[in-house]
Amino acid sequence: MILMQGKGVSTGVERGKLYFYHRADSTVVKCASDNLEEEKRRLVDAQEKAREQLEQLAEKCREEAGDESAILFETHALFVEDEDYVECIMNELEAEQCNIEHAVQTAGVQFAEMFANMDDAYMQARAADVRDVTQRILNNLMGIVPGGIDSEEPVILAADDLAPSETIQLDKSKILAFATQGGSGNSHTAILARTMGIPAICGLGDSIRPEYAGRMAYIDGETGRLVIDPDEITLKGFQDKYQKQVEMKRLLQAMKGQEDVTLDGKHVNVYCNIGSPADVDAVLANDGQGIGLFRSEFLYLAASDYPTEDEQFAAYKAVAAAMNGKRVIIRTLDIGADKQADYFNLTKEENPAMGLRAIRICLNRPEVFRTQLRALYRASAFGKVAIMFPMITSVWEIKECRRACKSVMQELQEEGVPFNPDTEIGIMIETPASVFIADELAKEVDFFSVGTNDLTQYTLACDRQCNDLGKFFDPHHPAVLRALKHAADAAHANGIWIGICGELGADLTLLPTFLALGMDELSVSPASVLPLRAEIRKSIAKTCDLKLLEC
Amino acid sequence: MKQFTYTITDPLGIHARPAGQLAKLAKSFADTTATITKGEKTVKLSQLMMLMGLAIKKDQEVTITVEGPAEEEAAAALKAFFEENL
Repeated sequence: MILMQGKGVSTGVERGKLYFYHRADSTVVKCASDNLEEEKRRLVDAQEKAREQLEQLAEKCREEAGDESAILFETHALFVEDEDYVECIMNELEAEQCNIEHAVQTAGVQFAEMFANMDDAYMQARAADVRDVTQRILNNLMGIVPGGIDSEEPVILAADDLAPSETIQLDKSKILAFATQGGSGNSHTAILARTMGIPAICGLGDSIRPEYAGRMAYIDGETGRLVIDPDEITLKGFQDKYQKQVEMKRLLQAMKGQEDVTLDGKHVNVYCNIGSPADVDAVLANDGQGIGLFRSEFLYLAASDYPTEDEQFAAYKAVAAAMNGKRVIIRTLDIGADKQADYFNLTKEENPAMGLRAIRICLNRPEVFRTQLRALYRASAFGKVAIMFPMITSVWEIKECRRACKSVMQELQEEGVPFNPDTEIGIMIETPASVFIADELAKEVDFFSVGTNDLTQYTLACDRQCNDLGKFFDPHHPAVLRALKHAADAAHANGIWIGICGELGADLTLLPTFLALGMDELSVSPASVLPLRAEIRKSIAKTCDLKLLEC
Repeated sequence: MKQFTYTITDPLGIHARPAGQLAKLAKSFADTTATITKGEKTVKLSQLMMLMGLAIKKDQEVTITVEGPAEEEAAAALKAFFEENL
């Protein structure tokens, strides 16, 4: 039996093959080659593979979606071997005596530009086809598997740690659980796992070795144990727990369609945190009553350039429409710190958590901000959208945000584009500063939402990315809970509502405290909705106290 | 050499899908080359990207020229394709 002990960050048990995440560098670096014949042979192989992939895709399409889209893939297959395109690749290869990847990339850019420069919108859009085909050939050359997981069956995904931009591109249907060497309960892998409702363990360190790849393993996201070849007793333990999990899921189904109300009639809005429009399925499946935090970063992290207004609008509208009139709180860009996108060209910071991030970037770069606000307001015509600004520390920031909103609304009005002028505006309470001046901030906004992960980090001076802080990183610390009280009192005194959208919201041991504080909303990962509802329906708000606020 | 002219009636012009089918069709006749001319520009029908690069639109006239051992057959097949799809 091989037993690996890490920190359980998302509960559940699963059994599956261990698969090590293959991090392929997708950027093409030009280098000299002294064997052009070999480079050419590699191209022929990559083209051959691309053609096979495209033919398979076309066949699949023909079965599922009909001829129209199948023909598009067949056209892509012809692109792969287009004589001018290939000639261009060869010319570049001969002229530069370089690696074939560079030649393919250059030809792709040239042909994409040819289409992009045509004065016909339809043909301009074909530039995307050229880029798509070029990327396919490059992926084949560099051994990159789209979705990151080259396995037919779902696996337990092992990695050193996963960056947000990496988790976004993973093919989620192939993942049973996560097991990472680094990371912490607040890392994005952990957050993703909780959203997906699958087990995750982090901080496994060197105990998880690459040679375990392909071995059948058992993972327990509660105890933080990962086991290969379990002995009889351990195996029995896993099987029992798995059975219980299945049974629990069945029981929780009874919570669907029930109200989120305590025995003494106190209503709490149980909303969900999501990271992309794809997560809405999980929200609906778990009967979430709204979206309390829609992280808009996915649009920025998954892209190689600033997402356009239309791209953003499409994503926001999709979520707003799917939620069918239920509240959808979309948080504006919260990039910086551990979430980086190259094209932002942010200066490398010693201490990025306290650097230029989130609203600070938006206020410094009005054009980026304006594009997002326009997309948000346009989406507000299609559902109950609310806008939330992260990392607020001062009253002038929110005033400036409001000015930006106003000017965007004016633009849309003049253009005759529909939007909801009464779109709610709120802020994240995640800095100690925002807690101290909560009373003044409450006068400027429609709601507060507490980001407990960052609030804990800033209040306790504990880096949330740091794995060894252990007992020092304590989200139950009375200081954090008193901060919550301060913000809640300020909100209620000014007649606005307050919720929690950090991980703490799903912490059932704190539910009595939240009820005593009068929290109006708890936004949790979709998988936590039904357990939280079950707990709320068992509670009596009047008897809840604030004992945990004492030291 | 066989030649015919055709005026495009498809509202989208020669867009990606028919262009792909045309290129495929043109390649299927051994040793026979088919070219398409719009204004002063001529490309081989098998040059898919260049063909799309001509951005041939509705109501524009194009000339198809076929040369080679299978020119009769090829010209007939291409003409039929244009009439049916474009």
